[in-house]
Amino acid sequence: MSEEMRIALRLTRPGFELAVDLSLPGQGVTVLFGPSGSGKTTLLRCVAGLEQASGQVLLKGVAWQDSAQGVFLPTWRRELGYVFQEASLFEHLNVRQNLRFGLERVRSASAARALDAALDLLGIGHLQDRAVASLSGGERQRVAMARALATEPKLLLLDEPMAALDVARKQEVLPWLQRLRSELQIPMLYVTHSVDELAQLADHVVVLRQGQVISSASAQAAWVQPELALAVGEQAGSLASGRVCERDSAYTLAQIEFEGGLLWVRDQGLQLGQSVRLRILARDVSLSVAEQDHSTIANRLAGTIESIHPDSHPSQALVRVRCGSALILARVTHRSLQALSLKVGSPVWCQIKSVALMG
Amino acid sequence: MNTLSAEAWPAIALTLQLASLTTLILLLLATPLAWWLSQTHSPWRSVVAAAATLPLVLPPTVLGFYLLVLLGPQGWVGQLTTALGLGTLSFSFSGLLIGSVVFSLPFAVQPIQHAFEAMGRRPMEVAATLRARPLDAFISVALPLARPGLLTAAVLSFAHTVGEFGVVLMLGGNIPGQTQVVSTQIYGHVEAMEYAQAHWLAAGMVVFSFLVLLALMRLQRKPDRLQA
Repeated sequence: MSEEMRIALRLTRPGFELAVDLSLPGQGVTVLFGPSGSGKTTLLRCVAGLEQASGQVLLKGVAWQDSAQGVFLPTWRRELGYVFQEASLFEHLNVRQNLRFGLERVRSASAARALDAALDLLGIGHLQDRAVASLSGGERQRVAMARALATEPKLLLLDEPMAALDVARKQEVLPWLQRLRSELQIPMLYVTHSVDELAQLADHVVVLRQGQVISSASAQAAWVQPELALAVGEQAGSLASGRVCERDSAYTLAQIEFEGGLLWVRDQGLQLGQSVRLRILARDVSLSVAEQDHSTIANRLAGTIESIHPDSHPSQALVRVRCGSALILARVTHRSLQALSLKVGSPVWCQIKSVALMG
Repeated sequence: MNTLSAEAWPAIALTLQLASLTTLILLLLATPLAWWLSQTHSPWRSVVAAAATLPLVLPPTVLGFYLLVLLGPQGWVGQLTTALGLGTLSFSFSGLLIGSVVFSLPFAVQPIQHAFEAMGRRPMEVAATLRARPLDAFISVALPLARPGLLTAAVLSFAHTVGEFGVVLMLGGNIPGQTQVVSTQIYGHVEAMEYAQAHWLAAGMVVFSFLVLLALMRLQRKPDRLQA
């Protein structure tokens, strides 16, 4: 990972202190994850210059602010796009005027093309002549994203863009966000406290607690770290990316090859060679010392225990198992570990009851 | 028929002229002041806010008296204007205009300030993330969003100036054609026992004020409809 974004900031507010020092990748989605009050939104606002924190924000070598040099670019001079949590469209303008607001101010010859591309990417070309008040919540957020992208930002900041939407609207917006993730060349900072969004969108994860960074790692590494596992509770698990290597049309199953071995998943119309993202919940993984042939669980991976961590409940442990070059997280009881004499270094079989395919 | 007297028309014209100019000047002065009051965290905020509201509670005679002293030959503003070759402003239309602006200031500042406060910080932040400089954002986002407040301020300033009496009498002296407005003329008619003429003007004021307030009520319903 090359260091393309450096965010070292400190901000003191009554009863709250934000102090972070982050080096982040210059592409993909970095999710800022944490409970409310952990400072995620404040951090995002500081990066945008909406809050005056001291420290440094460097994007690909360009200083947006640097206290040591006395540099602080105001928000309007930072080449960023910002999507706010609630609908932030200008009510006195129609959709087209909203979309063109930023574009008219960047004075770039390619901005009009950027808007066209964004309209395409977000599927909102047909909404341009509508009044803002007539849009649904999901449509409003898509317009807000396109409006931000039309300024050709070097960094896209998204502050819980789906938090104000109901479940149905979330399902409507999420595919568009995934599309942005795969199509856009610019890095994105995405604030959320939703584990689902974290699992679906993150390439890199920063876990915040009380204004401090408690973990910053690639999504795959972050998911198997105890910090994130404890933060997401029941939804703890591991993430893997792999490729479809076989399809069993008789049983509508597909086999995925990933760093840890082979897994069968439900075939939802996959194509051979297609890359997919898998999520394996820790609670769906059980451990055994011998391979269980006489079991309905078809997904079994051999590995060795890499580490054992205390879980939030004293009866349980989080076990990291190395299978090939992948790490699988399992949630088991301390009693079972003791009964099977499992320790760090023990060879085990992971039995995986269910694997979720992510877009 | 005993309708409007000949000298009524100059008074009506002067009243309208005074009210229009006062409204124009107030919108130019009150908008930045209201913006500052709505945004600042300065310790001076409450002091300035109280001072800007003072004309609302002071008797017009008090206001008129101090303006008379200030603008008159002994006052420092009077001495300044005399030194500049402008003469003194008391008992002139300019003096009247200054008095009206001060007198109606709170009626302009408060609706605009409330409109800016109701808007919140978000629209200006959004504009900044879309590369709008502060002045650009103020003109293209804050002002249009505060439109109902600006309209209310204009209507109230205009109506309040038309209805002004005490300050005009103290500062303007009721000179026909120069500083005599409708309200002071009604006073003159009553003093002279010319009740018929007073009636015509007074009834005109009642109808005018009612229509203005009616228009205002209609205006103030608009923001709700916009949000729905």
